[in-house]
Amino acid sequence: MPDSIDIPPVVVTATVNGERVSRAVEPRMNLVDFLREELELTGSHIGCEHGVCGACTVRVDGTIVRGCLMLAVQADGAQVLTIEGLSESGEIADLQENFKTRNAAQCGFCTPGMLMTAAELLAENPGAGRTEIREHISGNFCRCTGYQAIVDAIEETGKNRGEK
Amino acid sequence: MKPAPFNYAKPSSVDEAIALLGGDATLLAGGQSLVATLNMRLSAPDLLVDINGIGELSGISVDGGTVRIGALTRHRELERSEVIAAQAPLIAEAVPLIAHPAIRNRGTIGGSIAFADPAAELPACLLALDGAVEIAGSGGRRKVSAGEFFRGLYDTALEEGELITAIEVPVAAGNQRFAVEEVARRHGDYGMAGVMASVTVNGAAVEAARLVYLAAGGTPMLAEGAGAALAGNAIDEASIGAAQSALQDDLDPFDDMNSTAATKLHLARVMTERALKRIAGA
Repeated sequence: MPDSIDIPPVVVTATVNGERVSRAVEPRMNLVDFLREELELTGSHIGCEHGVCGACTVRVDGTIVRGCLMLAVQADGAQVLTIEGLSESGEIADLQENFKTRNAAQCGFCTPGMLMTAAELLAENPGAGRTEIREHISGNFCRCTGYQAIVDAIEETGKNRGEK
Repeated sequence: MKPAPFNYAKPSSVDEAIALLGGDATLLAGGQSLVATLNMRLSAPDLLVDINGIGELSGISVDGGTVRIGALTRHRELERSEVIAAQAPLIAEAVPLIAHPAIRNRGTIGGSIAFADPAAELPACLLALDGAVEIAGSGGRRKVSAGEFFRGLYDTALEEGELITAIEVPVAAGNQRFAVEEVARRHGDYGMAGVMASVTVNGAAVEAARLVYLAAGGTPMLAEGAGAALAGNAIDEASIGAAQSALQDDLDPFDDMNSTAATKLHLARVMTERALKRIAGA
């Protein structure tokens, strides 16, 4: 293992939530740490740090990824969308409203990752049934709700979108 | 935890990547297993060679009787590919069982094959389809059959300084039937047991059967005894029972935190019956 003092920082330039940002970082910095520590976008949470819990889910170049399983340097040149940007865009206003109504957020720790993940399913397949919803969010842990309310909120959102 | 420090290089060609390998360098493809082990400091290389910028490693194509899948092809691309659905339906059926959407968006077939987790789906698929791995090194390119590629627990025919450039599987023939059966504690978890079945039929009889099991030994396990028990017979209670019995000698599962070897063997037999009955009904 090399000494970190000997490792030159790498410049990462990416578009995060529509804004072009550039920072020199250590190669070992994970994307989610970059977002939280360098850009102060603390909506993406850090849970397990090994790809199991889904709390750090963000969108990179249009698809969701684990922020703890991608290095910040790998996001060079990429379009990154965090829960802050997704929320501001209005894309999931209906989903967020249903999360509130259905009490699908309790402590809120998993919520940003859950919303990022659900947003991808709703964009691709708003008609997804409860089994498909459960499969799709199976990589996002919630330790409060028992998932029922979350599945309700996603299902409701999909149904409403389908009717429009 | 956070990774130990490492240097980072992003080559744009296979030759450049090979030149960077050697010493204590590690290849970074999708990173969905590697970055977790870096975070936990189970691995601490001097240098990460990120191959995500090498264009020639991506893409799915058909050349004559062979489906060629670039090593950097993501699981999600396999899942959505019409070529895979039509020409390699076993892979199409197996891919949705790999982890979760956010992981399938990043994880690559080359990474999965190189990592060679005996509980993973794609190594088992490759062996069931009797495919091959294309490997590049400083001496040029070579091809290794799936049967020779998987050598032991996380041990493959990849030598130091080599990388996988593509995976090849034969185009599915009209008389081949496929089925994937797997049991996991939770959708997307590694399977506790599972079978990738590729059966060549001749009318109602089985001509040849390649049943490959995951989580049943140190490598994906090709059940030769079960295949022999099915060959020449129709798929019925008797031949299914004979195949199930043969698994005692074909497989070599080990105890882990979720189940004993005996439970895994039992589950493998249950998966066998489900897969074969589905094939017989098709």
